[in-house]
Amino acid sequence: MSVLVNKDSKIIVQGFTGSEGSFHAGQMIEYGTQVVGGVTPGKGGQTHLDKPVFNTVAEAVAKQGADTSIIFVPPPFAADAIMEAADAGIKVIVCITEGIPVADMVKVKSYLADRDSRLIGPNCPGIITTDEAKVGIMPGFIFKKGRIGIVSKSGTLTYEAVDQVVKAGMGCSTAIGIGGDPIIGTSMKEAVELLMNDDETDGIVMIGEIGGGMEAEAARYIKEHGTKPVVGFIAGETAPAGRTMGHAGAIVGGDEDTASAKKAIMRECGIHVVDSPAGIGQKMLEVIK
Amino acid sequence: MNIHEYQAKEILKSYGVAIQEGIVINKKEDAISAGAKLREQTGTDWMIVKAQIHAGGRGKGGGVKLAKNDEELQQVVNDILGMTLITPQTSKAGKFVNKVLIAQDVYYPGANEPDEYYMSVLLDRNSGKNVIIYTTEGGMDIEQVAHDTPEKIHREFIDPALGLQGFQARKIAFNLGLSGVAFKGMVKFVSALYKAYVGIDASLFEINPVLKTSDDKIIAVDSKVSLDDNALYRHKDFIELRDEAEEDPTEVEAKKHDLNFIKLDGNVGCMVNGAGLAMATMDIIKLSGGEPANFLDVGGGANATTVEAGFRIILKDPNVKAILINIFGGIVRCDRVANGVVEAYKSIGEINIPIIVRLQGTNAEEAKKIIDESGLQVESAIVLQEAADKVKAVLA
Repeated sequence: MSVLVNKDSKIIVQGFTGSEGSFHAGQMIEYGTQVVGGVTPGKGGQTHLDKPVFNTVAEAVAKQGADTSIIFVPPPFAADAIMEAADAGIKVIVCITEGIPVADMVKVKSYLADRDSRLIGPNCPGIITTDEAKVGIMPGFIFKKGRIGIVSKSGTLTYEAVDQVVKAGMGCSTAIGIGGDPIIGTSMKEAVELLMNDDETDGIVMIGEIGGGMEAEAARYIKEHGTKPVVGFIAGETAPAGRTMGHAGAIVGGDEDTASAKKAIMRECGIHVVDSPAGIGQKMLEVIK
Repeated sequence: MNIHEYQAKEILKSYGVAIQEGIVINKKEDAISAGAKLREQTGTDWMIVKAQIHAGGRGKGGGVKLAKNDEELQQVVNDILGMTLITPQTSKAGKFVNKVLIAQDVYYPGANEPDEYYMSVLLDRNSGKNVIIYTTEGGMDIEQVAHDTPEKIHREFIDPALGLQGFQARKIAFNLGLSGVAFKGMVKFVSALYKAYVGIDASLFEINPVLKTSDDKIIAVDSKVSLDDNALYRHKDFIELRDEAEEDPTEVEAKKHDLNFIKLDGNVGCMVNGAGLAMATMDIIKLSGGEPANFLDVGGGANATTVEAGFRIILKDPNVKAILINIFGGIVRCDRVANGVVEAYKSIGEINIPIIVRLQGTNAEEAKKIIDESGLQVESAIVLQEAADKVKAVLA
């Protein structure tokens, strides 16, 4: 059973008719993802990319049985879009949007706490289960079916890891881009846990970066419950303290959220940490045998 | 976005937070008149002159001084305004002081001993909630307090749906050991402070010290405020609070081209798509024997224009001995990026340092061919390790 999304997932696109939404929805459909429609308030009743457009998520759920949503709504309205999806009963909500105010995400996190929806992101490349469903903006062609799962805070670094894993002769089961914001819906530990419990995954690549305590939390989980080899990399060894490195959450605040501190904890917890991002694929090949 | 102490205090005051009053000046000849005005407004006798730069530890570098009369006031302003202030939080080069805040003396003698506390408001990333962190150990380096006496640091988490409750504000005041007038003052202070934090979409408040004066008033003596850049669209009036003089000139220039650029001290420049890959590329430079000269995320739109702007900004730094371009072309096609690099290179003309271009992803082979056949002094690579090896070779 694959993780989070598969060929049976019924996906809607929030912000369907905008330029980003249109482009990536087109790419998702081309990949073979089951996109059942989209939502753009005020454009309900229209057809876009040969799929129906709805005014509300609730309507898309009622009429198309949607269970998964991907959000391309601009930052000022993205938090609202996430809550609308959760309210409509969407099970997996993937928010691609970068630049949502932190205060909005504080509210979203609290809103989702007692609801049965899983949020991935925001500020993430999305999720892909190879050859089944691409619910994200990653280039589909670099993925080859295989048994390595990938969890990452970063987009292009995920692609880099996938590419190395594939070139080393392995392939990818599911890749989860959890996002680079200070508040995200699914933590690194939760994403790792999903892959640990996935019978289609034999090894896990975990890519973190400076800032926050998620990598340490995931590492402790792996030490305690890990059943599969994990290769880890943390970006930002050379990042200066106190500066936000592109991702809103990538900032060294103290001694504990530096790249070296995180790597040390990960090593203690039995994760195969590589210092060079060029060595991810090779390391996985070594440890998976 | 960071703002100055005097700007932060104005905002806090507008939310009803009691502050140490002051007047900001940027000309030495305004010192005496500003002092006179402050005396009239506050009745203060002595004054404190505080350098306005975006860094803490100003007192240690000689950027905060007491003046007991007009003569001293002029002298102290002359000393601080226009100085290059080096503090534990600035670079070794320090920061030029363009403005000073002439502030009232709040440590005047009275019925009780003044006392200092520490208070900050920020996001706790683990819980996804705002937290007020406070301690009786004010006026000190909070990291040191947390290290030496962690039991003295208190945390109050705020429910996102409900906001700060009255009992929480009272708990804070009790934990700080206050009673009577000072207790009431602290409850009011904390409530107003949290209201301000939410109201302006802040990402950090640090008030160190919060002072209990000798007559039991609770006021913010210093204030560090950072605003959430992503929420600035809701606060258009704050955009003018940005002080570009506090930022690196090349970073200001990069911002004009919509480039996410951070200046560093190394010798190898880099240009990358994606923040995570950009950090990873900096790390690769270090592992190859160099030091990164910058962070630069060109985002999804790596084309001739952005690459040229990136080149020009990186090349301003005379320490740069080589440039590594690292693009993972997913949606963006590598051959187009390669053409962009060639075009940008030709448009700049002479580039006297080696350039290494690593293009991987869609049409990577075609891209390599374009680079190799351009006749330019550009090395190409497809695999990341190959790029790392080439950086090592040019630095050797």
